[in-house]
Amino acid sequence: MNSLISRRMFLKSGMAAVAGAAATAVPGTQALAANDDRGYLATLIDIRKCIGCEACVEACRETNAAKFPEPAKPFPKMYPSRVKVSDWSEKRDVNDRLTPYNWLFIQRAIVKVNGEDTEITLPRRCMHCVNPPCVKLCPWGSAMQLENGLSRIDPDICLGGSKCKNVCPWDIPQRQTGIGLYLKLLPSLAGNGVMYKCDRCYERIARGEQPACIDACPEDVQTIGPRQDIIARAHAIAKEIGGYVYGEIENGGTNTIYVSPVPFEDLNRAIAQDDGRPHLSPVQDAMADANNLAAAMVMAPVAGIAAATVRFLKARNKAEQHDGRRDG
Amino acid sequence: MSVEKTRTAVRWRPVRLLYLLTLFFMALTGFGQMPIYNRYYMSDIPGLGWLADFYVTRNIHYIGAVILLGLVFYAAFDFILSSRRQVKLSASAWVRAALLAAVIFSGALIVFKNFPYVHLSDGFIIALDLFHLAAAMAFLAVNCVCLIAKKKWAAAV
Repeated sequence: MNSLISRRMFLKSGMAAVAGAAATAVPGTQALAANDDRGYLATLIDIRKCIGCEACVEACRETNAAKFPEPAKPFPKMYPSRVKVSDWSEKRDVNDRLTPYNWLFIQRAIVKVNGEDTEITLPRRCMHCVNPPCVKLCPWGSAMQLENGLSRIDPDICLGGSKCKNVCPWDIPQRQTGIGLYLKLLPSLAGNGVMYKCDRCYERIARGEQPACIDACPEDVQTIGPRQDIIARAHAIAKEIGGYVYGEIENGGTNTIYVSPVPFEDLNRAIAQDDGRPHLSPVQDAMADANNLAAAMVMAPVAGIAAATVRFLKARNKAEQHDGRRDG
Repeated sequence: MSVEKTRTAVRWRPVRLLYLLTLFFMALTGFGQMPIYNRYYMSDIPGLGWLADFYVTRNIHYIGAVILLGLVFYAAFDFILSSRRQVKLSASAWVRAALLAAVIFSGALIVFKNFPYVHLSDGFIIALDLFHLAAAMAFLAVNCVCLIAKKKWAAAV
């Protein structure tokens, strides 16, 4: 069995690329003040740098602790019985997957790099899609996208129906039962709590600060900035190291761009994937079909008006011919 | 019934059938945008598993919207161009038309909202979602009343 090569050796091979990237790096708060043409912010996650120390995970939990759910117990009896409660309140320490109390975790994969088994670690959380299905398809508008492109769920409005999780290509949002608006409506018959996910520390960004996970990282794994700059940097690094980019086109584009020295299909095969542990597969744009159909919606009234007009003109011509024959 | 009235009824029969079918599927898939069909076992009924797939129901809802828009504009312009002098709309028809217009207008805004880079205020989106649902339910309720009371779109001239 091949021994694991050290993290240091692995990083060494990418040193030149890191130096090159640093030369074009956009400093944190300055980057937040800058906007691309759409005003969207994106995060570059340079997988080579991640050492899996989980400082980002801890920082996320500390910073967002006040937002974590404090459910009322006992939970309402749910009808019908197939509706299961989702209770993470007794398992708040779980940090190897996404939960309502853990919006970021470190995913681990052992893959071959230059013929050596290498452990790759990477932070996983909401991808913050450019056109997020969780936001666009939420039936109540409780999931929302901010002007800077980042998405969040309003815990005061969310009913916990979990549609956002169903339509998310990565199944990111996680439910906690026993909290939220549904308790004041029909707690046994509709809703089931509140959905939780990374909100990209939107209040910190509004104050000109960086998300907590970025600030806490000792290895500068993550960089936040205007999306087009982040994508350009990701491609520059990928070109330099012969690496790979994930998140640029997935689901029509996301605001989380991973760059890796290892093909993502290899990483995808090597990571544990189940509920709360998202995949790294290619993802088609989930919203594309509907938006193409919307073009047909513009044409439909034109077709309807044209059909009515043709029928009217035909009827008028027929009447005129009929009148002409009668007069003749 | 006069020959002219019979001809009109025959001409509108396929349009009416398509309209009713479209309304049925739009209502079915519209309610399917809420996570209820799986919870309440409806998608467990053989042949109805697709009701639990939000993308399938959303696409069918959009296709229904295309057909409904075509039909509504066809009927409206046919009325304006051809039938206005011969046919008068009943009071219930005006109520139904107003509710249908509210459903279509709010639905169009939701479709617009779903495009990338479109940002509407959070409060407006919540109000829009609730308004679309309320208008659709009111439209269906009024149609049910009209069906039971045998109220027609056209009033006796």
